[in-house]
Amino acid sequence: MTVDAIKNGIVIDHIEAGKSAELYKMLGLDKLDCPVAVIQNVPSNKIGKKDIIKIDANIEIDLDVIGYISPNVTVNIIENERCVEKRHIELPERLTNIIRCRNPRCITTTEQELPHVFILTNREKREYRCLYCDTKASK
Amino acid sequence: MRSLIDILDLSTEEIDELIDVADDIMAQPEKYQDACRHKILATLFFEPSTRTRLSFESAMLSLGGSVLGFSEAASSSASKGESVADTVSVVSGYVDVIAMRHPKEGAPLVASMHSLVPIINAGDGGHYHPTQTLTDLLTIRHEKGRFDGLTIGLCGDLKFGRTVHSLIEAMSRYPGVKFVLISPEELKLPSFVKKEFIKDKNIPYEQSTSLEAVIGKLDILYMTRVQKERFFNEEEYLRLKDSYILTKEKMKLAREDMIVMHPLPRVNEISTSLDDDPRACYFRQAHYGRYIRMALIMKLLNIRV
Repeated sequence: MTVDAIKNGIVIDHIEAGKSAELYKMLGLDKLDCPVAVIQNVPSNKIGKKDIIKIDANIEIDLDVIGYISPNVTVNIIENERCVEKRHIELPERLTNIIRCRNPRCITTTEQELPHVFILTNREKREYRCLYCDTKASK
Repeated sequence: MRSLIDILDLSTEEIDELIDVADDIMAQPEKYQDACRHKILATLFFEPSTRTRLSFESAMLSLGGSVLGFSEAASSSASKGESVADTVSVVSGYVDVIAMRHPKEGAPLVASMHSLVPIINAGDGGHYHPTQTLTDLLTIRHEKGRFDGLTIGLCGDLKFGRTVHSLIEAMSRYPGVKFVLISPEELKLPSFVKKEFIKDKNIPYEQSTSLEAVIGKLDILYMTRVQKERFFNEEEYLRLKDSYILTKEKMKLAREDMIVMHPLPRVNEISTSLDDDPRACYFRQAHYGRYIRMALIMKLLNIRV
């Protein structure tokens, strides 16, 4: 299967296999009108199987969303068909307005304008807790 | 500028220092009577808690300061829909330190992000209540003379009792401590608390459903209320409730130097016939709350006497 190389845009590579659909939605790629390719289960020497997303436009993307959904992803910025920047994305230390606290007793339930902030409390377990009430983020 | 939101915001050295100051206040209160002259404490209580509020107010008045505030959300602008951030942005311009109680978890942290003055968390829902824990720690050190090497029995509702969780968290930082967890199956200590503060730190502990079986081993017995609404059925409650009531008979099995603590209010879990027993220290414990809050207010205002 071939997908054309993009001229100017972003390639999100080494996504954990099966996570591209969630990432596509969380990054709001469904709202773009440029071509977007989601390629799943691509053989990878590094991780066995991986997903790739190619976006045919240089848009602003939230790297924390990528790091949260699938850490160790590589984001390649393409200009004139050449990779001009390669960024390795790790699990972010802090998430702001990416996930919401579900604890009904949390202050965020009554103060609607407060940002929903989660802090990485255990890197190995990828565990995040609400900044305000310490409730564990549920995936 | 420091606030106190979680007991872990304080190092063990800082806790020791607060306790030393509180001890000195108890020994010579007149030395501190003007320590906070011309300073104002606001007690912003978005839910009623008379005991805690009066303890804070007494602490500030004993330091020669003044107090203002409200004792329930209905008498504050929160009833008009004002946010915690806005309330604190305004009030922190009127006072020097704020003690805040709020039914929502994390509200005092939000307040500390917008305040011009230190915030003291006076309880946020079932989350944190660091001045209760400081009170408990002062009680333990004042009554027992140390933290190290103590065997602490925690009895009653260990599942929902936040004072119990915070005390375990704070005491787990001292060497040689042992915990004895006494509760019905239904109200056992949550596994995450047990794992994080006892098992992962290799602290010796034992669990028991019988108070009589273990009371003789304890240096401290920390009692909590077993609430009827925590049980699935009334029969179960009736069967279990008496096992966790401290009576004169059970106290005969305890050591002469054991102390009995309780965060209060009690309902029936400690027989009133025990109140005269010198080992019953729950009323003294409530009184210590005033002195540790005095020490805390001075620390957050950077006042030394």
